[in-house]
Amino acid sequence: MAGDNLNLPDIKTDERTDVLAYRRRKSFRRQEWEFSLVVIFLTLAFTATCVWVLRNNQQHATTKAPPPQPQHEVVVVKPKAKPEPLPSIQITSYDFSSSRTDARFVDADVRIPLNGMDEIIFATLNEQQIEPAEPCSDAVFLRRIYIDVLGCLPTAHEAKRFLDSESPAKRQELIEEALARPEYADYLAMKWSDILRIKAEFPIKLWPNAAQIYHHWLQTSFANNLPYDQFVRELLTSSGSNFRTPQVNFYRAVQDKTPEALVQAVAISFLCERADEWPPEQLDGMSQFFSEVGFKPTGEWKEEIVYFDRRKSLEFRRAKLVGVFPDGTSIEIPPGKDPREVFADWLIQPDNPRLARAFVNRACYWLLGRGIVEPVDHMGPKHPPSNPELLDYLTQEFVQSGYDIKHLYRLILNSRTYQLSSIPRSDDPRAGELFAYYPIRRLDAEVLIDAICQITKVPETYSSIIPEPFTFLPEGTRAVTLPDGSITSAFLEMFGRPTRDTGLEEDRNNHLSAAQSLHLLNSNHIRNKLKDGPGIPDILVGSWDSLTSSTDSLYLAILSRRPTESERSAVVGLCSNAEGAKEVAWALINSDEFLFRH
Amino acid sequence: MSRNNSVLNLGEFTRRQAMRWGAYNMAGAMLASKMLAAQDAESSSTAPASPNSEDPVAAGSVPEPKAKAVIQIWLGGGPTHIDTFDPKPEAGADYTGPLRSTCATNVAGIHVGELLPELAQVADKYALIRSVTHGQNGHETASYLTQTGRMPDRIVYPAVGAVVNAFKWQAAADQSEEESLIPPYVVLTSPQGRFSEAGFLGVRYKPFATGGDPNAARFAVEGIVAPGLSDADQLQRRELLKQLNTLRNVNRDDTELAIATKSRDHAYDLMLGETGQVFDLSTEDTTLRQRYGRNKFGQSCLAARRLIERGTRFVTINDGGWDTHKNHFQSMRRKLPVLDSGIATLLADLDERGLLDSTIVWCIGEFGRTPKVASESPWNGGRHHFGAVFSSLVAGGGFKGGRVLGETTAHAESVKDRPVYPGDLIGTIYQLVGIDPDASLPHPRGDFVRATPGADEGPTGGRVTEII
Repeated sequence: MAGDNLNLPDIKTDERTDVLAYRRRKSFRRQEWEFSLVVIFLTLAFTATCVWVLRNNQQHATTKAPPPQPQHEVVVVKPKAKPEPLPSIQITSYDFSSSRTDARFVDADVRIPLNGMDEIIFATLNEQQIEPAEPCSDAVFLRRIYIDVLGCLPTAHEAKRFLDSESPAKRQELIEEALARPEYADYLAMKWSDILRIKAEFPIKLWPNAAQIYHHWLQTSFANNLPYDQFVRELLTSSGSNFRTPQVNFYRAVQDKTPEALVQAVAISFLCERADEWPPEQLDGMSQFFSEVGFKPTGEWKEEIVYFDRRKSLEFRRAKLVGVFPDGTSIEIPPGKDPREVFADWLIQPDNPRLARAFVNRACYWLLGRGIVEPVDHMGPKHPPSNPELLDYLTQEFVQSGYDIKHLYRLILNSRTYQLSSIPRSDDPRAGELFAYYPIRRLDAEVLIDAICQITKVPETYSSIIPEPFTFLPEGTRAVTLPDGSITSAFLEMFGRPTRDTGLEEDRNNHLSAAQSLHLLNSNHIRNKLKDGPGIPDILVGSWDSLTSSTDSLYLAILSRRPTESERSAVVGLCSNAEGAKEVAWALINSDEFLFRH
Repeated sequence: MSRNNSVLNLGEFTRRQAMRWGAYNMAGAMLASKMLAAQDAESSSTAPASPNSEDPVAAGSVPEPKAKAVIQIWLGGGPTHIDTFDPKPEAGADYTGPLRSTCATNVAGIHVGELLPELAQVADKYALIRSVTHGQNGHETASYLTQTGRMPDRIVYPAVGAVVNAFKWQAAADQSEEESLIPPYVVLTSPQGRFSEAGFLGVRYKPFATGGDPNAARFAVEGIVAPGLSDADQLQRRELLKQLNTLRNVNRDDTELAIATKSRDHAYDLMLGETGQVFDLSTEDTTLRQRYGRNKFGQSCLAARRLIERGTRFVTINDGGWDTHKNHFQSMRRKLPVLDSGIATLLADLDERGLLDSTIVWCIGEFGRTPKVASESPWNGGRHHFGAVFSSLVAGGGFKGGRVLGETTAHAESVKDRPVYPGDLIGTIYQLVGIDPDASLPHPRGDFVRATPGADEGPTGGRVTEII
C-alpha cells in the first residue's frame, strides 16, 4: 500500500517536508502508473470512448466519466432504529484525470489580470518551467477571503449573495468589503497578540486589565489602519502605566527584562530575526538602546510604570552610550535622549528596508500560506528568500504606500497568485515555495471553533480565572477576539492555539491530529452543539427563497457553496428532516473541505 | 549528529508503535524533528536525511529502569502537610486545629494524620518525604516548579509526564512488538492548566484528557465513548462522511490531507476497537470499586490502574479543591477520607496484582499550607499557601516502602533535615523509569537543555537515593 510509504514523522524540516512530499508524490505516481498501465491496456478503447463522450457532452464538471473498471458500488446504509430510514446512498467514484477542472474548486475561465507581484512570480515560474495552478472558483475565493482576512466563515446568506452576484468586479468588491469590516482588525489583532505574547498569566504575567487594553489598542490600530511604521514606533517608545498606556506592555510581555531580552523581543517581533544567533557584539551593541528602560511599581495592585530612566541617563551613565544598529552602524546617544527613540527612528527610515521586509514576509505567510523567507520569523543569512525580487518588490510597495497595511493586503489579495487553486499542476518540489498554488492548511483553532459555533448557533463560554471572582466574557464572544492568551478552552488547547510563550509563528500548530479527529467526530462537545443547537433547524426553516433547497442552504452555510448534482441527490433525502440534516451537517463539518483552507 | 549521546532523539518515529499513536500528534513530531534538524542545518542544509535512518539513543548512559509507569496524583491548590503526612500533635491547637491526634501506621515509628486511617494500614508500601521545599507561594510558579523542577525562565519546560512520555515512547518503539492504541500519557479527567504541560516539547506530548466522570454510570471519555451511538451507528456515519469528503479526491498528493486521512482512521480505530473498554469500569468487582470509593477521585485511581495495566506510561489524576484558605477543617473532613481510600486501595490493589514494583505512585501538590491556623475572620480556621516545606508520598517502582525521608521543625514550618527540591525528586523519578537525568531535551531555539536542572540552576539536596 502506498500509505505505508508515508513515513510522515520522519520529516525533519520544512525544506525536507517538501522534498519528501515530492518523493512521496513520485512514489504514488509510480505505483499508480504500474497499476494503471495494466488497467489502461485492458480498457483502452472503453476509456477513450468515455472521455470522448464526456468532452462532447460538456456535462457538469462533477459528473464523472465511468472509471475504467465496473465499480459503481452501491452502499445501502442501514436504517437507524428511531428516525425515518435513511435513503440509500450512492458512492460516487471519481475520475482523477478531470479533478483539476472540478468546478467546485477551479474556474479556468475567470479573468484575473497579472499585477506587479504576479509578474515577478509568473516570470520565475516560467523560468523554472513550473506550471501554476488554475484560478480558484468563486466559492473557494469567497471562503478564502473570509477565513484569511476576517478569520470567520461566511454565512449562507453572504455566500449566496456573492455567488449570485453578476458584477464583473465582484472579487475586487469583496476584498474592499472585507478590508472595511471590523473582523479584519479582530483577526489581525489576534495574530499580533500571538506575536506580542499577550497573556495575563504565567509566564508572561501581563495581568488581565493590561492584556485587555493592549489587545484593544491593537484592534483599534488595525481598524484605523494606523501606518505600520507608526504602530511600531509607538510600541517601542511609549512610556506610562501598563493599565493606561497600552503600548508600554510591549516591554512587559517579556519574561526577563534585561536589555538583551528586550532586544530579542524587538528582533523577533519587528525584524523576524533571532537575536540569540547574532554575534555577541551585535547583541550587545543593540542592547544599548534598551539599557535605560525603567520599570517602577505604583500603589495600585499589579500596576507598573514603564519609562525612560532619565536619571540613569543623566547621572549614572559611566561612559559614552554607543548603540549599534543591526546594520552595523553605530551612534552615540547624548545624555538625556531616550535611546529607544534613536533606535525607533532608525528602524522606520524609509530607506531602511528591514522593518517592511519582515512585515511583508509575515503578510505572505498569513495570506499565501508561506513566507518568501521560511521559517517566516527566522530571517537571516541561513534562510535566503525563495524569490528575492518578489521580497524587494513587496517591501518597496509597502514603504512607498506609507506602510499602509491595507494597501499591502489589497495588492496580495487581488493578485492572480493569491487566487490560484490549491490543486497543483506541477510536481516540481519548488512549486510550493514559488507560490505556484495555494497551500492547504487546517483552520486556526479559534477560527474553527467560531465557525462551528456560527453554524450550530451554540456559543462557547470563556472566562478569566484571575483575578477572583472569575470574569465571564459576554456570551457569543468569538475565540478570535479573546484578548488574553490565558483565557482559553480545552478545544483551543487541543487544536494548537499558540501558548504565547515565545511569540514564534511555529508556536501555532495547524496540523490535524488523531486527538482532534476524535474530538470532531465523536465528542459530546461537538455532538451536543449539533444536536441541541438551533443552528441546523434554522438553516432548514430559515427565510429562504423558494429557489434554495434545504440541501443547498446546508452546503452554503457549511462549505460556502452549493452542492453538485451528485452531492445533492446523495443527501437530499436526509435533508428533508432536522435529524437527517444534522447527520449531513456532522459529516460536512468533518470533511476536509470544511476543516482546511483550500 | 547528536551533540550528546543521551540526547532524546525526537526525530526517530519510524517504528510501528510510534506510527500508531504517533499520528496522534503528528505535527508535534514534525516540530520536534525540526528542532533537531535545526541543529544540523548548518552542515547539511539541502540533503534530507534518509527517512529510515536509525540514530538510536546510546544505551550506556541510560540507567536500568525499575519502573515502567508512573501514576501522578496531583493535588491542585496545595494540600496541607501538617494534617496529612507530617502531623505535629505536640505543636498545640494553634497548629493542629481540631485534628489533634494521629494514626499509628503498620510501620513502627511512622504516624500520619488522624483522617488517614487506611493509608496508615499500608505504610509499608510507601515512603513519605517530609522535607520538600522550594519557597514559592504563588500557585502558578509553584505548580510549574513542582512539575518541571525549574523556575520560570525564558523558555517553558515540559512537565514530568511529557518528558517520561517522550523518552518511554521511544524506548517502547524500540522494544515493543505490539502496536498500542492506548494513549501513553493520560490525564484524569481535565488538563492541569496553569501552564502548558508539554512545554517546548510541543503539543504531541500533551496528555490525553479524558473528560467525563469515572464515577458516572458510564465513563464518557471525550471522543472515545459517545453515549447513544452504537458501533453500527458509527459505521454508518463514517460511510456518509467518506462519501461527502471529497477534497482529497481532487488533491491526492497533499501532505496535510494525507495526515488528516490517517488521523481520522486512527480516531475510528480508537472509537470502534476495544480500546474504549479500558475505560469501562463496570466490569470491575463491585466490592473493589467500593473500596476505592464511589467518588470521582476513587474511581479515577481505579481507572489509572486499568490504564497502567494496558500499557499507558504516565497517568495524572488531576484532583483539585485543596486551596483551603477558609473553613479548612470542614474541607479536610470531607476530602481526606476520599483521598485516604483512593490511594490506600490503589497501593494495595497494585501490590496484589504485582504491579506496584513496576509502577511509581507519586502524590504531591504545588506547596503545603501554613502550619499555623488562621482562626480569625474571614478565614475561620484556614490555612494559606506555604512553599517553605511540604510533603510528598512516593511508592512503588523502586521506591522503598515504610520509610520517611527528611524532617521538619517542631511546628512543621521549615526543613530541619535533608531538604528535597522539586528537581531532586523529579530526577529520582527519571532515574527509576530509566531516563538519564542528565540527558538533553531538544529546545525550539536550538539550545540543548538538561532533563533535570543542573547545579548552576538553583539549590539541590541531591536525588532521594535514601529511599530507592
